[in-house]
Amino acid sequence: MHARMSARGSGSQMSEISMSRPAVGEAGRTGDWRNNRPVIDAAKCLAVKQGKVTCQICWVYCPDGCIAQGVGPVIDLTYCKGCGICAEECPAGAIEMQPESLHGVCAVDETGEAAR
Amino acid sequence: MSDQVSVMTGNEAAANAARLARVQVIAAYPITPQSPVVEQLAAWVESGELPAEFVAVESEHSAMTVCIGASTVGARTFTATSSNGLAYMTEQVWWAPGARLPIVMCVVNRAMAAPWNVLNDQQDSMSVRDAGWVQLFCRDNQEILDTTVQAYRIAERLHVPVMVCYDGFLLSHTMMPVAVPTPEQIDAFLPPFTEPFTVVDPGDPHNIGPVVMAEPRADETGATRGGYMEIRALHHRALLDALAIIPETDAEYASAVGRSWGGLTWEHLLDAAEVVLVAAGSLGTQLTVTAEQLRSEGIKAGVLGIRAYRPFPVEALRDKLAGRRLALVFDKALSYGYEGPICSDLRGAMLGSDGAPAVFGAVCGLGGRDVSPEDLAEAARRALTDLDAGARTRETDWINLHLEG
Repeated sequence: MHARMSARGSGSQMSEISMSRPAVGEAGRTGDWRNNRPVIDAAKCLAVKQGKVTCQICWVYCPDGCIAQGVGPVIDLTYCKGCGICAEECPAGAIEMQPESLHGVCAVDETGEAAR
Repeated sequence: MSDQVSVMTGNEAAANAARLARVQVIAAYPITPQSPVVEQLAAWVESGELPAEFVAVESEHSAMTVCIGASTVGARTFTATSSNGLAYMTEQVWWAPGARLPIVMCVVNRAMAAPWNVLNDQQDSMSVRDAGWVQLFCRDNQEILDTTVQAYRIAERLHVPVMVCYDGFLLSHTMMPVAVPTPEQIDAFLPPFTEPFTVVDPGDPHNIGPVVMAEPRADETGATRGGYMEIRALHHRALLDALAIIPETDAEYASAVGRSWGGLTWEHLLDAAEVVLVAAGSLGTQLTVTAEQLRSEGIKAGVLGIRAYRPFPVEALRDKLAGRRLALVFDKALSYGYEGPICSDLRGAMLGSDGAPAVFGAVCGLGGRDVSPEDLAEAARRALTDLDAGARTRETDWINLHLEG
């Protein structure tokens, strides 16, 4: 569609500046950006092992607020960008970053080989 | 109570304008030839005469950043710089218009280094012409005062920052009579700024300036928000709207204060002129003397001054130049490897328009190289000689260049 630029009185409803309210997903479905997915191994997770809301260090460190507290914590993959900070910080080593290709989301792995 | 006429420099005229505009936040870093503007404002803040916040910063980048922060929360802000200071500020020079903040900045035009040179040309402001500011050029100290006040009205109506450009030393440090409007006159002309685009409300918190993706998408309420291109298109539209707002503002100012500066362009002896001398800033004032000299020799010369360089007043220029033989553009700046920026823009504006004149370019006054009305007249005579010999285009004429030593 061509939009001709004309002076004055355009009546556009678009916002003139970049501004948003803090809300879930206000920066878009950033899970689309992810190459590697955090996967929690319940057998190693301290909260699961103790059966209560403890540790939660992944929830503390997630820079995008994608992890909900729980037994064990729950990662929202719609918005998780796959930065890997949770896996790095987990004291039990319970979070593994797995290539998206293993989960059928990304059809090509980083070597360029088709995964399926 | 009417205007009081004082004898003052261009820098003092700019400072008086900021005071009359009741600026609330000033942030600036000193650089020749801009320094006296903010020294004067700092003195007024210190004495209590100007109830504003003066933020001393460590660089021009921070000066603009402070203005951006203050303007984001709705304060009326002022800064000024020159040359390498403007270059150092450049990242934030782009942020201010993209965030649609009505900041006013005086650019006291000075040559860019290297080599070091503190004297006048217009390369500094030309180098950021594409950043999305309105750029207005002044021809004398009275126009500096009046234009700087007008700049706030233009900026706040359009939500676009405005650069008020005036020639270093030639205007900034030269004393001229300047009529200073009364605060009552300016208050009637310039209402407080009350409608920023940004929402700064603890009860309704917003992210200001978050990353924007390529495509439009729904926000948290489901409403469609523009992507980068939509935001930039609306910004461009605001600059085009300035083509109407600048003359309207000048007319409102004339009603309130009694002086008009012609809006987008100004002219001298343009009636029946066959050769039109084009320039921005104080060079235009010199060209009025040149045109009068050429007229006395029987050459039908006139002057068309560029007051608004961005937005570029294409329709006004086409209208004023239709049917002339020659437009000779004098630039105090250069796009290295091509030609003077006003010359290129004017030739592009003329292309395909009815009765378009030939457009020739001349470069002069780089790094403060002296140029007299007679030098300019001689350049006009050379251009007419070339035109009479059949030239429709020509290499840039460098005035007063002495490569042979």
